[in-house]
Amino acid sequence: MTQSIAKILIWMAALSTIVVMVLILFQILREGLPILHLRFFLESPKSMGREGGILSTMIGTIALTAVAIIFATPLGVGTAIFLREYTRESRISRIIRFGTDCLAGVPSIIFGLFGFVFFVIYLNMGWSILSGGLTLAAMILPTIICTTEEAIKTIPYSYREVSYSLGGTKWQTVIHAILPNALPGIFTGIILSVGRSIGETAAVILTAGSSLVMPTSLFSPIRTMAVHFYILAREGISMEMAYGTGATLILLVLFVNTVANGLLNRYVRHRS
Amino acid sequence: MIVEIKEKIIEKMLLLIALSSISILALIAIFIFGEGLPLIWKIGPRAFILGERWVPSQGSFGILPMIFGSFWVTLGALFLGIPLGLACAIFLCEWTPPWAAIVLRPTMQLLAAIPSVIYGFWGLIVLVPLVRNYLGGPGLSILSGSMILGFMILPTIISISEDSLRALPPSFKAGGLALGATHWQTIWRVLIPAAKSGIVASIILGMGRAIGETMAMIMILGNAVKMPSSFLDSARTLTTNIGIEMGYASGDHRQALFATGVILFFIIMILNSSAIILSKRRMG
Repeated sequence: MTQSIAKILIWMAALSTIVVMVLILFQILREGLPILHLRFFLESPKSMGREGGILSTMIGTIALTAVAIIFATPLGVGTAIFLREYTRESRISRIIRFGTDCLAGVPSIIFGLFGFVFFVIYLNMGWSILSGGLTLAAMILPTIICTTEEAIKTIPYSYREVSYSLGGTKWQTVIHAILPNALPGIFTGIILSVGRSIGETAAVILTAGSSLVMPTSLFSPIRTMAVHFYILAREGISMEMAYGTGATLILLVLFVNTVANGLLNRYVRHRS
Repeated sequence: MIVEIKEKIIEKMLLLIALSSISILALIAIFIFGEGLPLIWKIGPRAFILGERWVPSQGSFGILPMIFGSFWVTLGALFLGIPLGLACAIFLCEWTPPWAAIVLRPTMQLLAAIPSVIYGFWGLIVLVPLVRNYLGGPGLSILSGSMILGFMILPTIISISEDSLRALPPSFKAGGLALGATHWQTIWRVLIPAAKSGIVASIILGMGRAIGETMAMIMILGNAVKMPSSFLDSARTLTTNIGIEMGYASGDHRQALFATGVILFFIIMILNSSAIILSKRRMG
């Protein structure tokens, strides 16, 4: 009796989660998809975003994400290699793990405050692609460390033994035996981080600004798509344009997730 | 010889790289505390944390309404998120027909991947009018915020609870069933108590996410600076206070926003550390 009631309740919980998810996607895609013409992607916003498209915000998003990935990947992969190949459980590895876990839980508005006072003001970079990108790099670092570590963990110990028995040094082992085999895992981490960077708003608005002017250098302020969407919706500038931008964001996130899943599945199947 | 030196140098460089995450954490603390603490000392920690008036133009900075706002919104989110999240975790580990897992798992990932501004927007155009029409009040309320937030923390609660349920030795379940308990009795009396520390850690991390959420809450809560008196009241949280006013604040006002960040950082670090300690205990 209790068993059946529990079963029904648990089924309802799982179903309602799926239903709400579908409702959110449906609402925004239904209103947003009809707006997505080619011109929407090839024109920059005009009159505060009431007309035109989202070209400059797309370029802003890409630039910011690229800076974040370029800075975070070497740091994240390096950390994972150090943790897995160069040290055993020790005080230093515990400190590093604690720092990484804590960093993963820091809210984005705190990253925004930090990026604002450190990059924008203290290092005098102003509201710029560089300030925003570096702030995002700090945010995504834990993701890249974690996925790379997971990937290295699955590499059989025999790979290392073979390398050492051929006279390879530790670094040669890392370069020739570990990294190539961890590559799919590293890519998954990067793709997940791209997804997070595309959607991030709080940290970006405080560090990269919200200028609609087409960026010309790393020191130009920019507005990303997520920030554009937020400003359009909150200030009630144009619901139509907000839906269009929102639908684009959702499609991008769906795409990124599908690619990451595909990679992960292939990788897991390959290993087992 | 040269090879050995090169290996040593590489090892040291990797160590330096590996220290980057803890260094960033330290930098964040130093710079936010450096901006925020002077103001807290100036007006006094008591007046800052327990003050009920936030009128930056008159120099009164009391964040008690925001602390209450964060508290109620988080409580509401947990009220929805814990039962729903636990149910989904049990569903995924114990009761899933294969086709349902194929649907639910990508849903979970998508739930985690959708940007918070999208949640905020959906809450604003769908949930807020519903609350206003059927329950009264402005609609921009703690209730609407809690509902959205409850969904946003689901991926955190589900994935970590699921991991800790899966980490249990199969003998636990077999033992329960062998003693004649039903499947549900085994789940409720054996598996969940055994996975307790992981489940609690997942709830604490979910709490951290809820307290830290900014953009969605700016769009849904209505942002009024007053002590909330019911779940249908508009409210402002610690995060939204920073998010709304940072754009134009200067001088003492800006420092007060950093001081709000100091309090937020404290709360988050306490939650994070306890979750980390709890999940370590699970491993050991």
